[in-house]
Amino acid sequence: MAGSLIVKNIETYYGPIMAIRGVSLEVRAGQIVTLLGANGAGKTTVLKTISGAMEPQKGSVDLDGEPIVNLDPDVIARRGIAHVPEGREVFPFLSVEENLLMGAYSRKDKGVRNDLHAVYDYFPVLLEKRAQAAGFLSGGQQQMLAIGRALMLAPRIMLLDEPSLGLSPKYVAEIASIITRLNQERGITVLLVEQNVKVALDISEYGYVMENGRIVMEDTTERLKQATDIQEFYLGMKDEGVRGGRRWKQRKTWR
Amino acid sequence: MEVLQILISGVSQGCVYGLIAMGFVLIYKATEMVNFAQGELMMLGAYLAYTFINVLGMSYIPGFIATVISMAIIGVVIERGVLRPMIGEPPFAVLMITIGLGFILRAVAGAIWGTETKTLSNPFTGSVARISDLSVGYENLAIIVGTLTLCVTFYLFFRFTRLGIAMQAASQNQLAAYYVGIPVKRIYSLVWALSASLAAVAGVLVAPVSLLEPVMGFIGIKAFCAAIVGGFGSLPGAILGGLIVGVAEQFANLYLPPGIAATTAYVMLLVMLLVRPQGLFASIQQKKV
Ligand SMILES: Nc1ncnc2c1ncn2[C@@H]1O[C@H](COP(=O)(O)OP(=O)(O)O)[C@@H](O)[C@H]1O
Ligand SMILES: [Mg+2]
Repeated sequence: MAGSLIVKNIETYYGPIMAIRGVSLEVRAGQIVTLLGANGAGKTTVLKTISGAMEPQKGSVDLDGEPIVNLDPDVIARRGIAHVPEGREVFPFLSVEENLLMGAYSRKDKGVRNDLHAVYDYFPVLLEKRAQAAGFLSGGQQQMLAIGRALMLAPRIMLLDEPSLGLSPKYVAEIASIITRLNQERGITVLLVEQNVKVALDISEYGYVMENGRIVMEDTTERLKQATDIQEFYLGMKDEGVRGGRRWKQRKTWR
Repeated sequence: MEVLQILISGVSQGCVYGLIAMGFVLIYKATEMVNFAQGELMMLGAYLAYTFINVLGMSYIPGFIATVISMAIIGVVIERGVLRPMIGEPPFAVLMITIGLGFILRAVAGAIWGTETKTLSNPFTGSVARISDLSVGYENLAIIVGTLTLCVTFYLFFRFTRLGIAMQAASQNQLAAYYVGIPVKRIYSLVWALSASLAAVAGVLVAPVSLLEPVMGFIGIKAFCAAIVGGFGSLPGAILGGLIVGVAEQFANLYLPPGIAATTAYVMLLVMLLVRPQGLFASIQQKKV
């Protein structure tokens, strides 16, 4: 099974601003790996650097052992990396089906029709709305379309940037289960950036935590779930008693 | 009857504006830049046709085809050689480059073909179609029929071909187009090829009704007005804007003093910007960055 990704020591800038300060991470073929971190930590920039939308000043990105850094993003896509960017970037004036077929633009093989049906199986609502302009879909449906369109690339690895951002809990659960199915049924490797840390930790097997452009923690998700920092900052599981105590203490000092 | 007569010549002139305006819009929609050398591309097309037909002695249709193909290649060369190196530069700089390109093309045409006017041999001159007591010059008919054919072809191309849809995709969301593996840079080259071929068609069609001279590309400015009237960013709008400007101009010629009539296109542009700044065919399109 293919789709392994090795990122070594990348540094990426927005003009003079250094957004990524030496990030290394590895996604093994067939894994679901999650990249966590607060807003502005640099998660999106890491994904953009992998998919070629941004060029790193330093460092390397290897897909199945081949360097892909500094290639154009469309070339990287054709090599098998499908980037589903944050914010549901669909082609608003094309129909749903045209959007999906554009996902397979670079493919010449006969599997395209089959994959189109597969996408409609994963997301029946897209079949229902296949002739509608994508701009008229709801947020959740556009997210499904973006994932379906990435699937049409027949990718080795999918980079998903906050797929459940702003979606209702029903859609969040559906998208999480689809990601798991894509991984299990189609063998697609996944690198997942997600605001919903609980969902991300549940469906991934390994996780990295970013802060200020650096990786500050990495471990299996089993162990990350136990880590107190994660519990405090992301899962909101801080012991009420302790919290109360601290508040009390603060009061004292005010006086 | 006179009104109908004027209407027809207005429509024919408007088609020419419309064809050039479509070139503006195509490039703008795909690459978000305005190619102010669009009129000069038309001029170059007309001169190339003159070279193929009058100088090299090709007959009209093969000469026409050779012109369109040559201009497509020139379009690609300009995109690769001049515009692509400008990626990432401020829009203002890119704008200046296309204006400069127009100057250069005019100078080159003057150097190669001279500044005295030339006439393109064509099968239409002098023949007139009579429809009841209306007489329409074949050259005007050719412009109208040619434009109509091109519009239908473009519609079919953008609506039904994979490449046409990919061009729409790249113009609607450039980054997403990259992410699905559409070769966006190659698409831009093709858009320039298409746009330059359009200019070539306009040049060949307009040649019989207007003499060839290096400054003939200045009608590009009126076509630019037409594109804005039509709602810059919509191909049907470009044609419609062209027709409106063309027809209004012909009527102004008849009823207004010559000095004022010549400003019709600009007056219409001003009126449109005041009344409906988004143009006739406002595309609801919010460009994503
Ligand atoms: N277009 C941009 N121009 C300048 N700085 C940016 C831009 N996009 C993001 N940044 C900065 O880069 C850092 C990382 O951003 P980003 O990768 O979007 O974080 P995340 O996805 O983790 O929220 C942030 O400090 C942000 O302010
Ligand atoms: Mg982000």
